[in-house]
Amino acid sequence: MQFSENWLRTFANPPLDSAALGHLMTMAGLEVEEADAVAPAFTGIVVAQIVEAEKHPNADKLKLCKVDAGTGELLQIVCGAPNAAVGMKVPCAKVGAMLPGDFAIKAAKLRGIESFGMLCSERELGLSDDHGGLYALPDDAPVGADIRDYLALDDTLFTIKLTPNRSDCLSLSGVAREVAALTGVALVRPEIAAVAPSIDDRRAIVLDAPQACPRYCGRVLKGVNAKAPTPDWMKQRLQRSGIRSISALVDITNYVMLELGQPLHAFDNTRLDGAIHVRMPKAGEQVLLLNEQTVTPAADTLLIADERCALALAGIMGGEDSGITLETTDVFLESAFFAPDAIAGRARAYGFSSDASHRFERGVDFELARPAIERATALILNICGGAAGPVEEALAAGSLPVRPAVTLRPARARRVLGIDMADEAMQALLERVHLDVSKEGESLRVTPPSFRFDIEIEEDLIEELARLHGYDNIPAVAPLGRLVMLERSESDRSEWDVRHLLAARGFQEVVNFAFVEEAWERDFCANENPIRLANPIASQMSVMRSSLIPGLVANLATNRKRQLNRVRVFELGRCFQRKADGQPVSGFHQPRRVSALAAGPVVPEQWGERSRPVDFFDLKGDLEALFAPRVLGFERLSDPALHPGRAAVVMLEGRRIGVIGELHPVWVQRYDLGTAPVVFEVELDAALEAVLPVSGGVSRMPAVARDLALVVGQDVSAARVLAVLREAAPAVVREISLFDVYHGKGIDPDKKSLAFSVLMQDTQRTLEDAEVETAMSDLLRHAELTLGARLRGSGE
Amino acid sequence: MDKLDQLVQQAEEAFSAAADGAQLEQAKARFIGKSGSLTEQLKALGKLAPEQKREAGAAINRAKVAIEAALEARRQALREAALLQQLAAEALDVTLPGRGGIGGGLHPVSRTLERVESLFRSIGFVVADGPEIETDWHNFTALNTPENHPARSMHDTFYLEGRSDVLLRTHTSPVQNRAMMAHVERYRHLDTMPDIRVIAPGRVYRVDSDATHSPMFHQVEGLWVGENVSFADLKGVIADFLRKFFETDDLQVRFRPSFFPFTEPSAEIDVAFMSGALEGRWLEIAGCGMVHPNVLSLGGIDPERYTGFAFGMGPDRLTMLRYGVNDLRLFFEGDLRFLSQFR
Repeated sequence: MQFSENWLRTFANPPLDSAALGHLMTMAGLEVEEADAVAPAFTGIVVAQIVEAEKHPNADKLKLCKVDAGTGELLQIVCGAPNAAVGMKVPCAKVGAMLPGDFAIKAAKLRGIESFGMLCSERELGLSDDHGGLYALPDDAPVGADIRDYLALDDTLFTIKLTPNRSDCLSLSGVAREVAALTGVALVRPEIAAVAPSIDDRRAIVLDAPQACPRYCGRVLKGVNAKAPTPDWMKQRLQRSGIRSISALVDITNYVMLELGQPLHAFDNTRLDGAIHVRMPKAGEQVLLLNEQTVTPAADTLLIADERCALALAGIMGGEDSGITLETTDVFLESAFFAPDAIAGRARAYGFSSDASHRFERGVDFELARPAIERATALILNICGGAAGPVEEALAAGSLPVRPAVTLRPARARRVLGIDMADEAMQALLERVHLDVSKEGESLRVTPPSFRFDIEIEEDLIEELARLHGYDNIPAVAPLGRLVMLERSESDRSEWDVRHLLAARGFQEVVNFAFVEEAWERDFCANENPIRLANPIASQMSVMRSSLIPGLVANLATNRKRQLNRVRVFELGRCFQRKADGQPVSGFHQPRRVSALAAGPVVPEQWGERSRPVDFFDLKGDLEALFAPRVLGFERLSDPALHPGRAAVVMLEGRRIGVIGELHPVWVQRYDLGTAPVVFEVELDAALEAVLPVSGGVSRMPAVARDLALVVGQDVSAARVLAVLREAAPAVVREISLFDVYHGKGIDPDKKSLAFSVLMQDTQRTLEDAEVETAMSDLLRHAELTLGARLRGSGE
Repeated sequence: MDKLDQLVQQAEEAFSAAADGAQLEQAKARFIGKSGSLTEQLKALGKLAPEQKREAGAAINRAKVAIEAALEARRQALREAALLQQLAAEALDVTLPGRGGIGGGLHPVSRTLERVESLFRSIGFVVADGPEIETDWHNFTALNTPENHPARSMHDTFYLEGRSDVLLRTHTSPVQNRAMMAHVERYRHLDTMPDIRVIAPGRVYRVDSDATHSPMFHQVEGLWVGENVSFADLKGVIADFLRKFFETDDLQVRFRPSFFPFTEPSAEIDVAFMSGALEGRWLEIAGCGMVHPNVLSLGGIDPERYTGFAFGMGPDRLTMLRYGVNDLRLFFEGDLRFLSQFR
């Protein structure tokens, strides 16, 4: 809400400067977002009248003016404004004046003619960007008056951000009530007197939905001049509240809303037919609103109707057909209380909001309808003339909000806030904000006024106490607690371990959006039915990702465009899939995953290392390091994102935990990546498991190492050969590891040679040669039988 | 000087003149080899009388010992010289860069989150987690924000097609209810529930995008519930955290009344640095307050007996302030030129 400081000070005027007043409001929960001076600093500028205006003898575009600035003599001023004309009243900077930006006005010669001052445009005064000509002041502006006084420019525009609970501050008198309570200065309320009716015209009002509208005041005014000009003081206050002046009647209803907080609506009385009904909609009804939107009100939208049709959305927006125009002479003025529950969320459902709905859904003082209609009537009669009928008030008293007393236990307030405050001090604070407080044993019984909608439970009062006492005055203390050590299982790693490990292996962490382009899901995940957002911010962020890989591929593309060839990135984050019995939110599986991508040279270009492109086995090494000492399994995989011959499913203890592979060449080309990256993606939970080491002792006996080079078919995997060897290995074999893979000269083209190192050791005794030879021949024979392997070099 | 002394002197001179091992061995042969000068003298001893023999023998022996010592000293010197030469030949240009790749790094916001986590761990907070596709109930209703509550319009929420009961969580606060329920269940057998001290970092989503808003961003939720947790404790913990996080006491912390449906009293937390580029400006970095009794009740906790505070911090903002980043969007663009600055 925006308003003028000067207007506020007509209600409550504490001895504080603007900055201190702003700080006071902010620290009371009325956050001042902006405090802007209405005009920049300047001095010596007065209202002046142009008495003569002649062409400058030496310049076509300049005028030679004689100006009455109230100094007792006419000032000669040279002026270049196209609109300078005799009789016009304008701001005049006299010699000695200081314009914004510390621009001093001196007597000067312009094209040979002396000039004693300067006539100003709005821009020259810093009031607007208008520099089309002189700022034309009203004809009745008093010559010689200081322009700052005349235009009330020594004012600040406060914009406060009100939280939804403080609807009582959605008006000048509400903010003033708060300022007065906080500072102890007197609160000056606008004078409101009942306007005696001078005509008998009235319109019946029927409350068909008393829960939603328990109070409705209406009044007929006749012979009103809708074309009457809005007084300047009212225009100025509206304008400084950010509301454009429209016509006197509209301006008055807005003014009273800003002043008191009661939204009003003016109907053209001649367009109404019979009694006013405040009711719920009938099927198929439509209303054409003032914003030219036609809506079909939902069943829970309260309407204002006459006996013929629906007229307006109650408390939200008036209707086009029943609204006032400049031709209106007879007005039906509405001032009602609509229950917050009946208004809340409705405007939003139609896709707009209004000042009225904003207030009603948060709560308008239910005792304000009648004072507000009297205030508005007085202003209308004063400004537009006419005659007023009696106020017709329909009231369903039983449906008005109730304000039950709330019990405050001072001891609890002290405990919750951590402050030491006497009961009496609490009572005094609460009474300052117009709460009715009485003692009841150890407790205080507190009854809130009709304008407070946020005091229903004890915590509401504790909050009020904290606010009035001042958050700054609550101490900041180090809490006391029982010291218990946190559990820290050694079989869990933290996600930070995973991050640091990948970072140490050269990967940079990225954070990508969880919503992605639908094409990515289709291309990389073969996901034709992704989880779609109902209201995406952009089409390239319209579906939830089911894999982290596409995001990393996009990172690669972006960085490649910036001439970065070597890219190593990883992300830890959630992926999203449909799953009927998903936990904890049914319908969705939301696993956390870790994914990495490497592309370009395996090491940065350097003097001491030969460059080669990173490949599958480089990234596989990174992945294995992430899980060590646990051993991962890898099996060939067909995946739409990956090269069919260079992709594997990653297994851990028989579970499938992810994938690894080189990006499919189709996507390398389509996404313009240059060279193919290798990627992996695994479940984060699997990476977070760790094993508790168990010591198996160290053998003191000598170990024996033997090599075994086997020739097998090209299609036999190394893992298969290893598994077969391990299966056949007698107990003395401690380790079998692959140390060489060879195909080429000396080996059939459809075969390859795999060389293994076999380590044998007994914990109790030295192995005998015969045992070693037997073990080796057992291994070989088993490989021959199971895999058709042959000892390398044994002849074909 | 007798002849033996001259011989020793000659030997020492000859050894010194030997430039390498071979020359030294030749010189050795001249003096104490099979037909060396000294050896010849030893052989000649047999011709002498027994008394003379003993005396002369002792003298020859002394000379031999002296010559052998000189020989060994020269050998040692030559070895050392050879080693020095070899070492000189093996010298490297130690200014050449080391081999291999340089390390990567954590995302700047991760750096912040890790710090936040370890600071809160140091006073007994544990880390909790919650889903990002969240139920409307957990995101709003369990947080005392029923349907049509005006506070719902404070959050511009992403919804999913075809499911009106779920959304992308707009804050990390839904973790509060989940953490409370789990804690209550776990300690059901005790008369007094141990304090809940939980932080929940994570990604959250709102329909908003400009230089200071990203449709996805980070939050850290904090929750401490116990028998005597007060607003003064909240102020103490937050002020302590901010001073430790920014590693300065040169910092003002301000609690300003605000409103959240799930806390009461509620506050916004502003910080102002007393020096540097942002000197004197109040910067909003978190919302907080005492947990609303309805939220405690929905979490299975008796609000009469237990009180608590909760806060929701913006680690993206903390990161920007800590490292001098001025555009939030940089965090989510994956530009390695930016991210690699945080190694």
